[in-house]
Amino acid sequence: MDNGMLLVSPAPHIRSKTNTQSIMLDVIIAMTPALIASTIIFGWRALVMVAVCVASCVLFEFLFQKLCKRDVTVGDLSAVVTGMLLAFNLPVRIPIWQAVFGCLVAIVAVKQLFGGIGKNFANPAITARLVMTISFAGTMTNFATSADATSSATPLALMGTESMPSLLTLFLGNHGGSLGETCALALIIGFVYLLVRRVITWHTTVVFVGTVALFTLCLGQNPLEHVLSGGLLLGAIFMATDYSTTPSTKWGKVIFGLGCGIITVLIRVFGGYPEGVSFAILLMNILTPYISKLTRRKIFGGVKRK
Amino acid sequence: MFKLSGVHVKHCKNTAKLKAERIPTPKSITVPMSMHIGAPAVPIVKVGDTVKVGQLIGEADPGLSSPVYSGVSGTVKKIDGIISISGAQIPTVVIESDGEQTIAESVVPYEVNTREEFLEALSRSGIVGLGGAGFPTLVKLKADVSKIDTLLINGAECEPYITSDTRTMIDDAAAVADGIRLVAGFLEIKNIVIGIEKNKLECIASMRRAVADIAGASVKPLPSVYPQGGEKVLVYHTLGRVIKEGGLPLDCGVIVMNCTTIAAISRFIRTGMPLVEKCITVDGSAVATPKNVIAPIGTPVMDLIDFCGGFSEEPRKMLYGGPMMGIALPDTSSPVLKQTNAVLAFGKKEATPPKVTPCIKCGRCVEHCPFGLDPTAISKAYKENDPETLEKLKVNLCMECGCCSYVCPAKRNIVQRNKMAKTMLRNYQIEKKKREEAQKNG
Repeated sequence: MDNGMLLVSPAPHIRSKTNTQSIMLDVIIAMTPALIASTIIFGWRALVMVAVCVASCVLFEFLFQKLCKRDVTVGDLSAVVTGMLLAFNLPVRIPIWQAVFGCLVAIVAVKQLFGGIGKNFANPAITARLVMTISFAGTMTNFATSADATSSATPLALMGTESMPSLLTLFLGNHGGSLGETCALALIIGFVYLLVRRVITWHTTVVFVGTVALFTLCLGQNPLEHVLSGGLLLGAIFMATDYSTTPSTKWGKVIFGLGCGIITVLIRVFGGYPEGVSFAILLMNILTPYISKLTRRKIFGGVKRK
Repeated sequence: MFKLSGVHVKHCKNTAKLKAERIPTPKSITVPMSMHIGAPAVPIVKVGDTVKVGQLIGEADPGLSSPVYSGVSGTVKKIDGIISISGAQIPTVVIESDGEQTIAESVVPYEVNTREEFLEALSRSGIVGLGGAGFPTLVKLKADVSKIDTLLINGAECEPYITSDTRTMIDDAAAVADGIRLVAGFLEIKNIVIGIEKNKLECIASMRRAVADIAGASVKPLPSVYPQGGEKVLVYHTLGRVIKEGGLPLDCGVIVMNCTTIAAISRFIRTGMPLVEKCITVDGSAVATPKNVIAPIGTPVMDLIDFCGGFSEEPRKMLYGGPMMGIALPDTSSPVLKQTNAVLAFGKKEATPPKVTPCIKCGRCVEHCPFGLDPTAISKAYKENDPETLEKLKVNLCMECGCCSYVCPAKRNIVQRNKMAKTMLRNYQIEKKKREEAQKNG
């Protein structure tokens, strides 16, 4: 028998089934209910927007990695997740070329220039959305639900007025807003799926949403309207839980969620923008390394050295 | 009490119901003089000498060491050096068996009445920690036992596939109980706890029956989460005591012994036969009929595989021990060692290493580390050649259980990186000590 054929490698010799691709696939599955809901609410153009963003994100990642002679990692599906998330953050009527530009920012400027998956410090989809909000202020805030409708405002802009949608409408999502953010029901289904599959833990999302509810209640506003309006659920479930840009420890996640919640309410209630979720997450992304350092797990049996 | 984390691994205890079978006497055995922690034993036989079963062939070094005995009767063919897994050259005695299995005259039961006599006898047992560590048992028992209040028996057997301890606890429960009586009796230890993972119901029942008449003895079912058998994890989950950094179980009043080790002590005292054979689980996808076998120490692993119906497919990876911490074998002629509790053989599918992809900072390695270490930060400090940070991150506490590598979705070899970081830190600390001493003297 040919003994030279035995492989000698370090332990452990078995590995769990979960890999990067399976995690990303789970995230895609978790976003599918919101995708279906957005197609029902906003029509076929929603599906087209998602397809365009996914295709451009994957293509930009592929081209950039080829150009830089790096390993091509589009197979890990992370670019697909970024594409879907970015599309979820855009109004349905936005011109295609602007969406493609957003994808370029997300994949090349925010993700690949910092070293690719796992190395970026800011969430690509959120940063791209903010770049677009500033660059294309007009189209980014035109929340018309269909081609012939006149521009309809988001619930956050309508809060306190008579045209504020009912809580049920907010929950089901048939109102103005970005593609994937309106249907709370679909987002919550995705959240439960991610929890069941153990892709994320509840900490960030629950603390983020809870902080917003509590803080707005203290300010005398309707906490349920705040929770169900705008991009809070989308951000708290899918973007504040991104691995590389948020803390990985339990207490780190709690602090991250708390910070996000406070900043969101401050911007929504006192700031110049109606929506603050994206800014909140981006600001907290920047603090992530410090939060991680502060919340390291206690080492079992560790003794402090002089 | 909060529980230390770990991972849920597939148990694959395919051989749990199979009583150990003795293999036919091997044609020859290859016995390395170092199958324990410490200095190698010194061969005392010459080429051409005839030896009998249980005869001393390697004398223990005066320091931390353990003697070595022959598992067959026959003729010494060669005294050679083999390269051990760690890369060191180790003297090795090759004995050709005559098939008679004549027992040496020195093998007579011991009559021990005092602690001194007991330890004196044990110095001729060749017994080392059989859970895998191979720490000379005598040294453990010789330590200052005045502070010891608990004898902790490790029956966790948390590694997948391995069932040799399971079989010991079921088939040799009386020997385990007798060993407990001997050790606890002579060392005057009042409290005896046997830790067994709670999925091993038969073992728990068997051990409960066996120790029912021993005062102060109890069985503690443990969560069925890898690595329950890790010494610090075991001590914490059974007794709630924390072994501090740099400390030993001794420091918190505990002696930890594997259930198979303690059974070996009983067998040795009652028969006088030193440790010359071992129960080994032979399993893995490439083994035709997985079995538990009893084989002389030094038996080439190929003999075990042949006894188990040979290979069912071409083996691509073979292990000493379990898949979480086992050591990959370079070839099938490697011998069974004292601390070998399993020989596993895997085919191409299991042996092919997964593709390593970039770290996605998911934090699973941190979450699953039983000791709460931060492998991502350790890896970064290692890459930056920063032993001072490694010291703060306490990489020295890593027990190399492999949970981090197991759960990593990017399939990174995290525990290997931890091992390298441990070496870097150790070298740095040695250098630092030297510098400080030089400063003091100069």
